[in-house]
Amino acid sequence: MATSVRTVTRRIITTAAPAADRPDSFNPETLERLSAWKQDPEWVREKRRLAWRFYGEIPMPTTNDEEWRRTDIRPLRLNQIVPFTPDTPTPLGGLRDTPRWVQDTTAGGGDEAGLLIHRDASLAHASLSAEARSRGVIFTDLDSAARQYPDLVMSHFMTEAVPLDASKFAALHGAFWTGGTFLYVPKNVEVSLPLYSLTYLSGVERNSFGHVLIVADEGSAVTFVNEQLSNGAEDAAQAMHAGAVELYLKAGSLVRYVGLQDWGRNLWNFSVERAILERDSVLQWYIGALGSQLTKANMEVALKGPGARAEMVGFLFADGHQHLDHHTYQNHLSGLTGSDLLFKGALRDRARSVYHGLIRIHKAAQRSDAYQVNRNLLLSKQARADSIPGLEIEANDVRCTHGATAGPVEEEHLFYLMSRGLPRHEAERLIVDGFFDEVLQRIPVERVQERLRASVIRKFEA
Amino acid sequence: MGSELVVRDLHVNVEGKEILKGVNLQVRQGEVHALMGPNGSGKSTLAYTLAGHPKYEVTDGEVLLDGENLLEMGADERARKGIFLAFQYPTAIPGVNMANFLRTAVSRVRAAQSDNAGSARDGGELIPMREFRKELNSSLSMLKMESDFVRRYLNDGFSGGEKKRAEILQMALLRPKIAILDETDSGLDIDALRVVSEGVNALSGTNLGVLLITHYQRILNYIKPNFIHILFNGRVVVSGGPELASVLEEKGYDWVRTEFGEPVAG
Ligand SMILES: Nc1ncnc2c1ncn2[C@@H]1O[C@H](COP(=O)(O)OP(=O)(O)OP(=O)(O)O)[C@@H](O)[C@H]1O
Ligand SMILES: [Mg+2]
Repeated sequence: MATSVRTVTRRIITTAAPAADRPDSFNPETLERLSAWKQDPEWVREKRRLAWRFYGEIPMPTTNDEEWRRTDIRPLRLNQIVPFTPDTPTPLGGLRDTPRWVQDTTAGGGDEAGLLIHRDASLAHASLSAEARSRGVIFTDLDSAARQYPDLVMSHFMTEAVPLDASKFAALHGAFWTGGTFLYVPKNVEVSLPLYSLTYLSGVERNSFGHVLIVADEGSAVTFVNEQLSNGAEDAAQAMHAGAVELYLKAGSLVRYVGLQDWGRNLWNFSVERAILERDSVLQWYIGALGSQLTKANMEVALKGPGARAEMVGFLFADGHQHLDHHTYQNHLSGLTGSDLLFKGALRDRARSVYHGLIRIHKAAQRSDAYQVNRNLLLSKQARADSIPGLEIEANDVRCTHGATAGPVEEEHLFYLMSRGLPRHEAERLIVDGFFDEVLQRIPVERVQERLRASVIRKFEA
Repeated sequence: MGSELVVRDLHVNVEGKEILKGVNLQVRQGEVHALMGPNGSGKSTLAYTLAGHPKYEVTDGEVLLDGENLLEMGADERARKGIFLAFQYPTAIPGVNMANFLRTAVSRVRAAQSDNAGSARDGGELIPMREFRKELNSSLSMLKMESDFVRRYLNDGFSGGEKKRAEILQMALLRPKIAILDETDSGLDIDALRVVSEGVNALSGTNLGVLLITHYQRILNYIKPNFIHILFNGRVVVSGGPELASVLEEKGYDWVRTEFGEPVAG
């Protein structure tokens, strides 16, 4: 039990000795215990060990690394993190058995083709409609999938999309991943209702190493929502999420992926997410970032097959001392590919965001187009948004534009609304709501839209 | 007793430069006052100042609505007290849904008027949807506007004429005591001008005082003013009855210039 962790406050943590001086909670013994508890097949266990080796080899990022220049993770005490707690989970009948705060927050529990609920490191509930099942859809936790569908999982899990050595935290994830969602949609199968994966942490000292692996086979179509929740306060003991998302879109498939994080304010969130798009596949990727103390998320669309198209639509709303750092990478590897990105952020109090948006068009990717827009709304003088675009264009017959803005609420907008009787605060709320509308209205699941609108308002009123 | 807006010796600076140099005006509910004057004479400055735009700095004089000092109130409070400005150039606010915005505005203004205090009821109740819809539909049809118009974002991508109609739609819903219409007639075609004017006339009656800023006689054929004022170089230099319009039409502003001198630079 992690009772000692619970009493550690942030203030104490930041003045404590460097992590390297202490025994680390991440070590080979913990790894073996985890693997035994999970009853990993041998190949999974080997993969964990390999990941652990990479973790040792890759240096901890510092602010001297260009990619981490604006995001300082020194205050994170990795040695205080307990990677997993081997509970025997009580199965949940469904959302109604989750804690009140989860039910009040989640957008899950609507009209769905399937629902997975992960509590901490374990699956607590799984359902899948008879129809989806009869058409061969596989929707289960990754532990079970690795045992039941070894070929399918082995060929995709942390191979091409997010390799074990993709980054320091990808390696850590590869060694200590738990829970995880696996979705396979067979050839030419269209699932019309969304599939929903909800992860929540049962206590402030709990951590998450969840994984998402989606394989959409040729000509299939699916909508998937991944929602991650916890509810630690800013001054609670540090928690962490080191996650990975892997999306494989085979030829002609269509995937709508909604990734939504609303982690507690004590949680340090690291996520490596990558989609591989084969010929003529279409990815619509929606990103919602509300929670965490600090986030470092890398999101890449690799447009590998000709004619593949990706749309990325993201939003973040940060307040307090939140620090949210997102990297997006529109990677055009083949000709006639398209990518279109819109990322919007609002910040209040002393919150800070960093956005790196890289577009790369390889030599072979002629006649491709890539667009990128990043807009930031600063709701206080202390809030800050950095936007760093990057373009690497090696082909000559392409269309590519990008643009970034950051600024406060426009006085003329405020005056117009106030001149109609709206108090300043309410006028601002309408403007913030309106700022996000362009993003939210594109999210394919209405309940998710509503949930996000409610969160935006709650955050604005806080 | 009808409401009354009194402007006394109003001096206003914009970015350190004096634009209004002692304006006097008095508008009562039930009256229509036309305010004319050459470009740059300060008409919009007066309109914005009355509505409470923070950029306009009042250096002297007073503005009273039924004896209450408007200058001490923010723009929102003035609106809740019954002041309305139809903008010369309405601001587009992408993302803000017109119907939501209208319902919120109507709710705030009505709530303030029913407790008679003008107090802000931030995040307060919204008027019932059914009631709002009914009013909205009748205002829309009065202004010959399609009902899906209000599903759009506020003034976003509206044509010039649509923006002006939308301003009058807001006026109809907010039922102000005193409305300042800043060149609402500009950019309207003949049909739109007639529809908008009929709308204003329907609303004016005894419950609305109008300050109608315009360059053109045209609108005065539809909305009959009781008084006409000419603003020149930051002052009302001539006031008179409706007959003043035809004098202006005939002679232009030249006779005002010779009478009251060229505007002084700087
Ligand atoms: N924000 C501002 N910054 C600088 N000068 C301003 C500003 N607003 C108004 N002015 C100046 O004040 C003067 C009066 O402008 P105003 O817009 O009130 O004129 P107007 O009578 O409404 O003209 P028009 O008939 O063209 O609408 C002009 O010289 C204008 O340039
Ligand atoms: Mg003007």
